[in-house]
Amino acid sequence: MTAPLKDRSMELQKQMIAAHYKRLEEAPNTGEPVVYTFVPGNLTELIRSFDALPLLPEINALQSGMRGKSGDYISVAEKAGHSEDVCTYVKCDIGMLKSGNISPIGTRLPKPDLLLLSYTGCYTFMKWFELLREEYHCPTVFLHIPYQGEGRIAPEHREYVVRQIRDDLIPALERITGRRYDEDRLKESLKLSASSEDDLVAVLESAKHRPSPIDAYFGAVYYVGPIFSAFRGTPEGSEYYGSLREEVEQRVALKLGPVTPEGPLDDQRYRLVVEGPPNWTSFRQFWKMFTDEQAVVVASTYTKVGGVYDDGFRHDAADPLGTMADYCGGCYTNLNLPGRIDMLVNYIRDYEADGFVINSVKSCNSFSAGQLLMLREVEKRTGLPGAFIESDLVDPRYFSAANIKNRLESYLQMLESRRSRARS
Amino acid sequence: MRVCDDLDFGIAREWLAENPGRKACGYLPVYAPKEVILASGLLPVGIHGGGDRLEIIRGDAFYQSYICHLPRSVIELAQTGRLDFLSALLFPSTCDVIRNLSGMWKVMYPDVVVRYLDLPQVTGTETGGLFWEGEMRGLLRDLGAVSGRPAGEDDIRQAIRLCNSLRSMVRELYRVRRERPWAVPTEELYSLLRAAEVVPVETFLDKARAYLAAAEEQPGARKDKSRVIVAGAFCEQPPLGLIKTIERAGCYIVDDDFLLGNRFLMSDVPTDGDPVRQLTNALLHDTVRSPVLFEASQDGKRRLMKERVEAARADGIIFAAASFCDPALLDRPMLRAGAEADAIPCIAFQFSENTGQFQQFREQAGTFADSIKLWGDNE
Amino acid sequence: MRCVVGVDLGSTTTKAVILDEQRNVLGRGITNSRSNYDLAVDVARTEAFVAARFELLRRRVAGVAGVAVLERLFRAFRLEQMLYEFKRLHALMEEECGRSVPPERRRETIEAVTEIFRRIEAEESAAFAQPEAPRRSDFFRDFAGSSFTRIAEEIAGPGFDRLQGLFDKCIILVENEPLALGFRDHIGAALARIGRPPEVASAVNEAVNEEIPEIATVGTGYGRARLPFPKEQIRSEILCHGLGAHAMFPDTRTVLDIGGQDTKAIQVDAGGIVTSFQMNDRCAAGCGRYLGYIADEMNLGLHELGPLAERGTRPTRINSTCTVFAGAELRDRLSLGEKREDILAGLHRAIMLRAMSLLARSGGVFDEFTFTGGVARNPAAVRALRALVSDSYGERVLNISPDSIYTGALGAALFAGKVAER
Repeated sequence: MTAPLKDRSMELQKQMIAAHYKRLEEAPNTGEPVVYTFVPGNLTELIRSFDALPLLPEINALQSGMRGKSGDYISVAEKAGHSEDVCTYVKCDIGMLKSGNISPIGTRLPKPDLLLLSYTGCYTFMKWFELLREEYHCPTVFLHIPYQGEGRIAPEHREYVVRQIRDDLIPALERITGRRYDEDRLKESLKLSASSEDDLVAVLESAKHRPSPIDAYFGAVYYVGPIFSAFRGTPEGSEYYGSLREEVEQRVALKLGPVTPEGPLDDQRYRLVVEGPPNWTSFRQFWKMFTDEQAVVVASTYTKVGGVYDDGFRHDAADPLGTMADYCGGCYTNLNLPGRIDMLVNYIRDYEADGFVINSVKSCNSFSAGQLLMLREVEKRTGLPGAFIESDLVDPRYFSAANIKNRLESYLQMLESRRSRARS
Repeated sequence: MRVCDDLDFGIAREWLAENPGRKACGYLPVYAPKEVILASGLLPVGIHGGGDRLEIIRGDAFYQSYICHLPRSVIELAQTGRLDFLSALLFPSTCDVIRNLSGMWKVMYPDVVVRYLDLPQVTGTETGGLFWEGEMRGLLRDLGAVSGRPAGEDDIRQAIRLCNSLRSMVRELYRVRRERPWAVPTEELYSLLRAAEVVPVETFLDKARAYLAAAEEQPGARKDKSRVIVAGAFCEQPPLGLIKTIERAGCYIVDDDFLLGNRFLMSDVPTDGDPVRQLTNALLHDTVRSPVLFEASQDGKRRLMKERVEAARADGIIFAAASFCDPALLDRPMLRAGAEADAIPCIAFQFSENTGQFQQFREQAGTFADSIKLWGDNE
Repeated sequence: MRCVVGVDLGSTTTKAVILDEQRNVLGRGITNSRSNYDLAVDVARTEAFVAARFELLRRRVAGVAGVAVLERLFRAFRLEQMLYEFKRLHALMEEECGRSVPPERRRETIEAVTEIFRRIEAEESAAFAQPEAPRRSDFFRDFAGSSFTRIAEEIAGPGFDRLQGLFDKCIILVENEPLALGFRDHIGAALARIGRPPEVASAVNEAVNEEIPEIATVGTGYGRARLPFPKEQIRSEILCHGLGAHAMFPDTRTVLDIGGQDTKAIQVDAGGIVTSFQMNDRCAAGCGRYLGYIADEMNLGLHELGPLAERGTRPTRINSTCTVFAGAELRDRLSLGEKREDILAGLHRAIMLRAMSLLARSGGVFDEFTFTGGVARNPAAVRALRALVSDSYGERVLNISPDSIYTGALGAALFAGKVAER
């Protein structure tokens, strides 16, 4: 195995994350207020404009999963009465809390000063913060983002969200931080967001090249990390995305593929689109199953859960509250099923994919309920067969490597034999 | 066949056949504003799954093994043509499975008017009210287009009156059962209320009055049973056999969450003023506390079971959640912790609508009933 | 005769198929997969090559010598092979006696073991003399076990458990030894046993000496990753099943395979190329293993379930095919007085309902429809499937081959043929 090349952006990201955890650890001493919130519909620019620090429980859970800690946390939560049937992000978080609230990188996590429940496309979020509130007894603001049941953000829904931000959320942040709402500062931040979003879209769309210079699923979960979490609209975030874009554009110019943990993937036999979140407990192993077959992912829906940007949306400093409402309503988890099907079909067409894979995770009904119909519809509309595999987010009991490898290999061999038939 | 067992919705179909212009609008659990459906001239029909009477042949092809049973049987009903009498179908924001089913319906049944009903989660302020009012006005417009007879204010008031009678009857039935559970076995109450979901309101009111009168005449005899609340089965419904099993194992069910939508609004909705505004206010300020709406109060979850136990004079709680039911199962640790902090006896189990075997429930409920009695004797 | 070989390393059985230059089947071999996959592959291949040499023999002399004498030679070969295995098992048991039996019991135990093997040998030789021997399992472990246990019960009295323990230990040893079971190892003795009839003797010599070079091999099956083959010689069992079913029934469009551990629904085109497929999800309900649990629970052999279920008149509705609850559900229903055959009929239907879901996910059931895997041998399962398919999709031609267990290995051999052509 070739040692993975450390790109500059990767180093930057590592430092940013470590620094953020460190800052969170220090928060009780420095007095920086801490706001817990979720990735989809996160209002990072607004939170940071009040000099508060965002903390994202899903990120902690997935990091715990990648570092082999989630299994123990989940059993702590199950022993405390949580059902085996429900979301393992929640159980991992509760278990981590009950085990001393040490972050995945080993720092101490602060208590929240505010739970900002951005209710965007996931029912479990509501229960999650109801559960956390039982532990922390802290103020909770509910930000209700209407679901795109009709496949669009209705003007009255946008207005509803704007009202909530203006009338409920901003006053709550003012109360908790003791600072006044500073719209100019927010606007500056939103400008930075928009430029990072431009860079991110350029990076994701680079996968239209052959070979694709990125893996738009396994690789891209790293690329979206900063913008989905605490760094959208920050100078560090901008620097990261500028540097990432540069690296990717360089690879395009040199006709190079992505660098994976197993080495460079320049010779790409299969271009795939993936729907659904990855499994985190066996992330590397899962990725290797793709690279072993020289399969590269050229587009994925998971990398849109913290915001859909490739349809043209950018944060707009001219209308701070309205743009935040549009952002929240547009996250992938908030799209209805026909919209999700359209997105997959478009990706397969625009990125000239050979096939598509649905990774169905047990934890997440928001993603998984209906995926078998999506499979059927996408197959019907593209004429391509899809692969359906099952795993979980962070429950190591629910990753059967042999089973998944068997399916994936079978699927790719089928694509290959269809291809040779088409040639002959 | 009893109405509640009729997977072909015979009475609804008869009602439709009486006049060719008639149409029906279905709704899934938990809460949909029946008034809006009625005011638009449509027959509201509750779609609560196929229970244990429907063999799933097609429905499983749409769902992974870790998703609850309800949507499989709803799809089975649809794929076998049993829902073809519905012109519209409403999917309330109960959970992500029902939410996503709304999109599946749009793909699979493009001729049906499908609406996702996002209940306002922000109930403390005017903001949520404006949102919900807008949602209902939109729904009135869409359902008016279905029936060809858009509702006027008086139609809505008339529908509110009818639903007030319905809710008041449900409250009365629950009151009588609470006071004399031996006279109103839950098995019977449930069948009656399940029928109420699929017949015209007036038909139900007649049946219910007759039932109450008969219960007065033949009051039955009080037995030495424990009084329990069955909590958590508000969406996917337990098979009738499970309800019977709990009662026969030595429990009186004195409160429950079954078919919770029929009493989601807890008191009469005023009929003066703007009726849509009144319906909105009722949802904001007068709803039953359930996992499908955000609990605004800091210690609301902790207090809930104690309050319910006191109101129903119950001895204990059976948490009965459908397998893989996110709302019920994620709520349970909070509710249970609150109950146990108040020394209320609890047990918990999981079922699915087609559970066919009740032995384990019989044993658990029986042991629970016995232990409550022993515990009471020791006081 | 240049040949190609396909090996299907399954979770319960390992199969090998050899094809000749015209891609006709030359030989098949099967064995239980045991814990040692490499050995299982060797055994299955050896078996297949034995069958291949007999097939060559048949092609050469059947016209002259007649089928009967070849059949007799084949049975003699089997007997020699088996006696050799018994001899090795016997030796191992005596060694084991020396190690684990207390000295005061050693002598009587060795005597009992010797007696048992003497009787087995006599029985087997006598059975050979009978032209119509009853059919029994193909696996040495199974028939050796049943003979040994029966005779041990007759002669051992209180020492029975010790003998059984010895057997259980040694059968694993013998199964995991590379034994000489090939054509050349035993054909001489077999020929002698039937009196060296001149019409086959010289042909046997030629068959012994004929080279059958193996020009390509492809492996498949759940354990395929363990095969010491380069990547291009490994194919997924999905592709192999599709191609194998196509070879058996060329008009096949949909294939359902229900094996011990998984269920597959496969769609193929006119050339046997897989166009889409679905496998059972993580939940193993509805696989062959589920029937195994039920059989154990009812104290029945797996092969007895189907015929019993066929006698059911009012199939019970079984709502859950969860393997975890299978036993409890069964006991519960029996205690409610439901008939065994009705419950079984319901269980078979429930399993087929799971298969129907996979078929629907893969695109449906098209004509012709080929059913493979161990469960395809179960008549009640077939009946339930036929009814469900015709209800949901209309009438379909349903193909079931008696050799369906070799479908994957056949497909692998056909892929080996393609490799060879390159």
